[in-house]
Amino acid sequence: MYRILERKDLNSDVVYMKVDAPAVAKKCEPGQFIILRVDETGERIPLTISDYNREEGWVSIIFQKVGKTTYLLDTLQQGDYILDFVGPLGIASHTDNMSRVCVVGGGLGCAIAYPQAKKLFGMGLHVDIIAGFRNKSLVFLEKEMKKHSTNYYLMTDDGSAGEKGLVTKKLKELIEGGANYDTVIAIGPVVMMKYVSLLTKEHNIKTIVSMNPIMIDGTGMCGGCRLTVDGQTKFACVDGPDFDGHKVDFDGIMQRLSMYKEQEKHKCNLFRGIE
Amino acid sequence: MAKINMTPEKTKMPEQNPDIRNRNFLEVATGYTPEMAQEEAMRCLNCKHKPCVSGCPVNVDIPAFIQSVAQGDIEKAYEIITKTNSLPAICGRVCPQETQCELPCVRGIKGEPVAIGRLERYVADYMLAKETFIADTPKPTVKKNKKVAVIGSGPAGLTAASDLCDMGYDVTIFEALHRAGGVLVYGIPEFRLPESIVEKEIERLKAKGVCIELNMVIGKTISIQELHEEEGFEAIFVGTGAGLPNFMNIPGENLNGVFSANEFLTRVNLMKAYDPSYDTPIYFGSHVAVVGGGNVAMDAARAAKRLGAEQVYIVYRRSEQEMPARAEEVHHAKEEGIEFRLLTNPTKILGETGWVTGMECVRMQLSEPGPDGRRRPVVIPGSEYVLKTTSVIMAIGTSPNPLIKSTTEGLETNKWGCIVADEETGQTSIPYIFAGGDAVTGAATVILAMGAGKKAAAAIDKYLDK
Repeated sequence: MYRILERKDLNSDVVYMKVDAPAVAKKCEPGQFIILRVDETGERIPLTISDYNREEGWVSIIFQKVGKTTYLLDTLQQGDYILDFVGPLGIASHTDNMSRVCVVGGGLGCAIAYPQAKKLFGMGLHVDIIAGFRNKSLVFLEKEMKKHSTNYYLMTDDGSAGEKGLVTKKLKELIEGGANYDTVIAIGPVVMMKYVSLLTKEHNIKTIVSMNPIMIDGTGMCGGCRLTVDGQTKFACVDGPDFDGHKVDFDGIMQRLSMYKEQEKHKCNLFRGIE
Repeated sequence: MAKINMTPEKTKMPEQNPDIRNRNFLEVATGYTPEMAQEEAMRCLNCKHKPCVSGCPVNVDIPAFIQSVAQGDIEKAYEIITKTNSLPAICGRVCPQETQCELPCVRGIKGEPVAIGRLERYVADYMLAKETFIADTPKPTVKKNKKVAVIGSGPAGLTAASDLCDMGYDVTIFEALHRAGGVLVYGIPEFRLPESIVEKEIERLKAKGVCIELNMVIGKTISIQELHEEEGFEAIFVGTGAGLPNFMNIPGENLNGVFSANEFLTRVNLMKAYDPSYDTPIYFGSHVAVVGGGNVAMDAARAAKRLGAEQVYIVYRRSEQEMPARAEEVHHAKEEGIEFRLLTNPTKILGETGWVTGMECVRMQLSEPGPDGRRRPVVIPGSEYVLKTTSVIMAIGTSPNPLIKSTTEGLETNKWGCIVADEETGQTSIPYIFAGGDAVTGAATVILAMGAGKKAAAAIDKYLDK
């Protein structure tokens, strides 16, 4: 059992939780994830580690309420317990050979992009952050991201905060304006990562994307998280979650993510009492 | 001396009717009654040379336990079995007795061998049903004050842990999943091995004093070196199995509706997707094609049928004779309405809008036996056809998980990724690390893994006693 030390709502859909998990905290690095199971009848879901403290023995997760499990997790308060919490899983993000980096986060992806930006900025690199949200009410981690970046650019779909437009618009502008990035890190919806990768490919800038597919065990056992990278089948849980954005088959991933959509919706609506 | 029952056939095992059981997850074979057990036990000739014992990977004194059953002393029979086998309720169900203990049985010359497996199961179930089963667990009588870690709680790990605990070591099992049992709980389905049986065996192990830590991925949460150097485990047994699924690398394998057998069975067994009160979803559609001919393929096919698939196929490239699955499993699958497409090999999985709609196959024929005696399947030219299906389950084998290897410097593995270990002792290239089971041999049987766990436990005792 893993105790929730703190929880706060980052916006109406996104929740932050600090969880007591000393063994995970001792080993984890940015880019790695955990798998949790809320209760005995629950499913196992992967969530990226957003922050950690080795001395205090906690790791934090940030999740969006999208399905039954995340709505169930949302019902837990400070002092409650999560039944299972295992990690750190996956390979930590590489940080070698970078000097000018643009970190692009879309929606919930900002939660995962933030620890990476923080680490790189802490290493003394030039780090620009482009954070994209649907509208002003969904913006989170603004203060933190500003603090841990050279430049912070906020984009919203409707222009209610920051600049109006998609993250790719800003990225294009910066690249064409001579930002001279050697690396772009894109984390967010698959379609966003796809278009960021298409753009950076034109400009020949190395691009890293973080995958978050359907998983069960997270140790390479089920193969449910497989994706095609450079024509080869890879398992996101053990070979990733980071991959070269120029080599990933994004359309294949979008297809696989839709696998249980109907069943998910049904369970989620049942749980929320929606017909 | 009891009278010998000279009936040439085994006493029949009561089973659920195939047309009923293929719609539920309850156990297929329901077990002998006391009368049946005694009747069958009396078929044993109690041979002096005990050919059956040499066929058992853990050397259970088979004639002795069967004599006790014949005399009605089941507790004594259990005591005899558990001297060398710590998981009899499991072995009695899933061991391939026909190629092991029952193969050399003298009664098999002029009829069927004694039903050793069924009797073993009867004895174990009789004891497990007792309310005091867990409380009666004999505790170790000696204390060595030395810590040993066991990685993985499958059959190899459970056996090694049990034996080491009996010898007086402080044993901790580290399990990556949220439930202990390894393949016994994520792989083998409820209708063949009920979870409650595995659970009781594990409870007994805990009652003996074995500590089990769940949600610990060794190599990620903590490394083997750290267990040894920082946590004080003087020896470590690695029984991490062969959990990595193989795929065929044919077009269409990443379509929605294609699963590894591991994924399909894990959803069904460990995550209980067949029970609507559990959250984990499962998809299979109306038609399911399972590729492979082993026990795992049979398990996946039979589980799919039980979930409600209209038509389930086993697609296997050789003939029934070459099938690695136990004859009993093949027989059960056929009874339950699974259709066998033998001498058939998939070449491509077809899909529309990202979902499986069919599988292109070719017919095969067997060549003359090669130098190794095996008849290779070869494609019959022009025999392509499309099998209509809505999902495909790949049950074509598994490989050892590379997690331990990639995080343990100096641990030798072979070209298939199996840990290199001494056949007699299980000792690896790192003296304090021992290994056994599928992690060493590649995918094999429960009982072979148990045998390896046993040998390694004895070797660890010798190593630490120095």
